[in-house]
Amino acid sequence: MSFEDFIPINQLCTHYQVEVSFIRYLGEAGLVEIQTIEHSPCIHSDYIGTIEKMIRIHHELDVNTESLDIVFHLLKKIEYLQEENSLLRNRLSLYED
Amino acid sequence: MEFIDYYKALGVSKDASEGDIKKAYRKLARKYHPDINPNDQEAERKFKEINEANQVLSDPENRKKYDKYGKDWAHADEFEKASQQRRYQRSSQQGPTGGGFSESDFSDFFESMFGGGARAGGGRSVRFKGQDYNAELQLDIRDVYTTHKRTLTVNGNNIRLTIPAGVKDGQVIKIKGYGGEGVNGGPNGDLYISFSIVNNTSFKLDQNDLYKTESIDLYTALLGGDITVETFDGKVKIPVAPETQNGKKVKLKGKGFPVYKKEGQFGDLYITYQVELPKNLTEREKELISELAKLRAL
Repeated sequence: MSFEDFIPINQLCTHYQVEVSFIRYLGEAGLVEIQTIEHSPCIHSDYIGTIEKMIRIHHELDVNTESLDIVFHLLKKIEYLQEENSLLRNRLSLYED
Repeated sequence: MEFIDYYKALGVSKDASEGDIKKAYRKLARKYHPDINPNDQEAERKFKEINEANQVLSDPENRKKYDKYGKDWAHADEFEKASQQRRYQRSSQQGPTGGGFSESDFSDFFESMFGGGARAGGGRSVRFKGQDYNAELQLDIRDVYTTHKRTLTVNGNNIRLTIPAGVKDGQVIKIKGYGGEGVNGGPNGDLYISFSIVNNTSFKLDQNDLYKTESIDLYTALLGGDITVETFDGKVKIPVAPETQNGKKVKLKGKGFPVYKKEGQFGDLYITYQVELPKNLTEREKELISELAKLRAL
């Protein structure tokens, strides 16, 4: 893992125009992992997609910060069920003809 | 593009207040937002429709123009030009943009309705990232048996894509930066390609394992022998054990489908034997089988 892949939270907040507390909340809720690199809290670039999605849900749908982790986990569950559904459909086709 | 009744899309009446429109939009956006409806194309289509409706109806100026031209929006440009010409003829002192809309206003109007309106987000965060695009790529099962390259054209961009062997039906891959252009200098959206695998072969695929039914004649089933079986990478000769029962399954290790992104690893091929009984028996054959039946009865 390279340090170049980590983005300081302050820089991230300026770019996305969100409060530092917002990113910290995502960290506390376990949605992203905050790591300290050279004394500044950073986020790995792999979490950018999740952060952008949470910002969109927060801003565009007026979902409050406290509810974001519920939404996040329900979405994960939907994705898992969709995957499982696709797998079962494929398996079912073994017995259809 | 088909005409969309924006009032109907938001479920409000034509005399709805700004507040009613905002409320209706919020309610529908929560229901159809693509972020909370993953892989749901119908929700995405609906969201684009309500987003577009909101962009037009929430702006008093745009709403006025929309109310004026309604479903004839496609001809509005010509109407406006004709109307401007008439006004120009009536009063030579009045300039071409002296009344009604200027052409630049007009084109902004259409852009807001049918250009920028198709953005996934709308609202504040769209400033940062462009729209994510979704595309479906149909591949033959034989194509995905090996890693190969494909060139896709998405919105005028040619994308050279390496498709790893063993990609699954319904699997989605993300190609970063090939979505819609970022807004206000933001990054481009991503392109999500969903694979649809068409299988017209005699093999059935489950995860990485392949399944196939192979017919064997009665005598090979009873006495054993060798048969040649077609696999995905050629023919193989396999021994059939004596007294093989109908429906018996044998596993050919490593003759299945490649494991996604694990080079050199393959699933297994399961062969189910279907014993074919002889037809159109001769009198002599019937005699011998009767004899055999008597022997077995002893």
